[in-house]
Amino acid sequence: MKIGVCVKQVPAKDAPLAIAETGAWIQESDIGFETNEPDGFALEEALRLKEKHGGEVVAISMGPDRVKQTIKEALAKGADRGIHIVDDQFFKLDPLGSARSIAAAIQNEKFDLVLTGLQSDDQGFGQTGVSLAELLGLPHATIIMQIEVTEGHMKLKRELEAGWFQWVELPLPAILSIQSGINKPRYATLKGIMAAKKKEIAIVQRASLGVPDVLTQRVQKIYVPQKTKKTEFLTGTPKEVAAKLVEKLKHDARVL
Amino acid sequence: MKILLITEQREGKWNKTSFETLSAAQQAVQQTGGTLTGVVIGKGVAGLADELAAYQLDEVLLVEHDLLNQYTPDGFTLALRQVVESAKPELVLMPHTYQVRDFAPKLSASLGKGMIGDCIGYRYENGKLIFVRQMFQGRTAADVVFEGDAPWIATFQAGAFRGDQAARRQGDKAPVKAVSVELKADQIRTKPLELFREAKQAVDLTQAPLLVAIGRGIKAPENIQLAEKLAKALGAELAASRPICDEGWLPMERQIGSSGQTVAPKLYLAIGISGAIQHVVGMKGARTIVAINKDQNAPIFEVADYGIVGDLFEIVPALTEELEKSNAG
Repeated sequence: MKIGVCVKQVPAKDAPLAIAETGAWIQESDIGFETNEPDGFALEEALRLKEKHGGEVVAISMGPDRVKQTIKEALAKGADRGIHIVDDQFFKLDPLGSARSIAAAIQNEKFDLVLTGLQSDDQGFGQTGVSLAELLGLPHATIIMQIEVTEGHMKLKRELEAGWFQWVELPLPAILSIQSGINKPRYATLKGIMAAKKKEIAIVQRASLGVPDVLTQRVQKIYVPQKTKKTEFLTGTPKEVAAKLVEKLKHDARVL
Repeated sequence: MKILLITEQREGKWNKTSFETLSAAQQAVQQTGGTLTGVVIGKGVAGLADELAAYQLDEVLLVEHDLLNQYTPDGFTLALRQVVESAKPELVLMPHTYQVRDFAPKLSASLGKGMIGDCIGYRYENGKLIFVRQMFQGRTAADVVFEGDAPWIATFQAGAFRGDQAARRQGDKAPVKAVSVELKADQIRTKPLELFREAKQAVDLTQAPLLVAIGRGIKAPENIQLAEKLAKALGAELAASRPICDEGWLPMERQIGSSGQTVAPKLYLAIGISGAIQHVVGMKGARTIVAINKDQNAPIFEVADYGIVGDLFEIVPALTEELEKSNAG
């Protein structure tokens, strides 16, 4: 099986976020980045499918130069090669523009399967995988909890809402978005990290893909959300705040 | 503005978030002027169309086909694309359900139009709709606008509007118009099989008046006993955010959030939970929310009534002790 996995690089979970001067994005300069956590589950699932059925795993990422680190991490974990779609202004793209760019960059790869995470922890649009399927003319399924591949087909367990699940069948090739928690992503081994150094990362300039730079939506500004509640912060030693909280819950909130 | 509201049902039962989005659509039509058309899609759903027609809207489109009996992304996208192209709305609104997440981006790509998903609200300013959604796991909000030509698609997060505030029509019901769509069996590549629930739920967290919920900050399964002791001292049930259940540290039925339970207890005590939107959507209706977190900027404090910034491994035992003392006294 030839499997593509879309991995995005996002600001680290504990990175302090400051709004950029333009007001429409964050200041990227002094913060750390990491692989989008939901995409880690997609990568792990791709590696397991390869281990079971043979083939190749290709890690695909889009963004500025720093994104290479995310591809390298995927290679260290066992992906065979990478594709880096280079765009320094990637954050300005709308979800359809992202999907169009990835579609243009990978259409000649003829993947049997393309996996994505559920959504990104930065913009969180959650649209790329599904849009990509439409643009490549492939069937898709989302929020996948289990994949069973048989000849030319897959049986998939989808999570629905409120504790419901559904099995669906889908022909290959196809695109799947993977539910977080489906597996336990592996760590890269030292051997894997060494091996990754020899693996190829193909560079594709996004501007060369011929995708029109027409936005269908635009982020006007981002800001710290307005509080809907007034939070009363309790301070002091652990013992003091514990006593204060019990008092509050008993006498003010009257929930005890 | 001409607005098309696409409702959701499964096996003839409403997804109730449809009425939350109806409420949003009614409000938007009132502000922008224009018309509101409701859509009911499926098979054997004429009764639901009739129910919807009792609400304040201009007409209801009933989209039925044998191939729409069970949801498939191909079937729903092909059918709704035909509906959108013939009804020619400027704005298509849907609730941001799992099903909508599965097909709406496909519909958007198929139309070549924008989709702003998972909105928590909107504003109408200078003749333009500005949609508000969360980014960075709720650490920032964003104002997003459509560019280019209509139609545009927007979806609203569960709980963003109140379904019980959807206005009913005075007098007659709105007309229901059956719309035929062309679909062929070979266009539908997904074969839906059985629907099932994993396990009968052992605990019904929706009925618990007091909840102690743990998140990633608890760090390791052996630390869960700290929260269990606190829950016991409070007489509360134990709940968790998604990562805890993903790790298998607590069973799935104890999960609160968009993929778990939605609860509204008297007290929700969140320990080491950062407050990602997927979690907050499941608990923001609690009467009193207490958050204990080491990060003073954690979004959980946005919804908390009482906040404690600090080390949960010190605060939780102190709180348990204080409650035990208070119980004994």
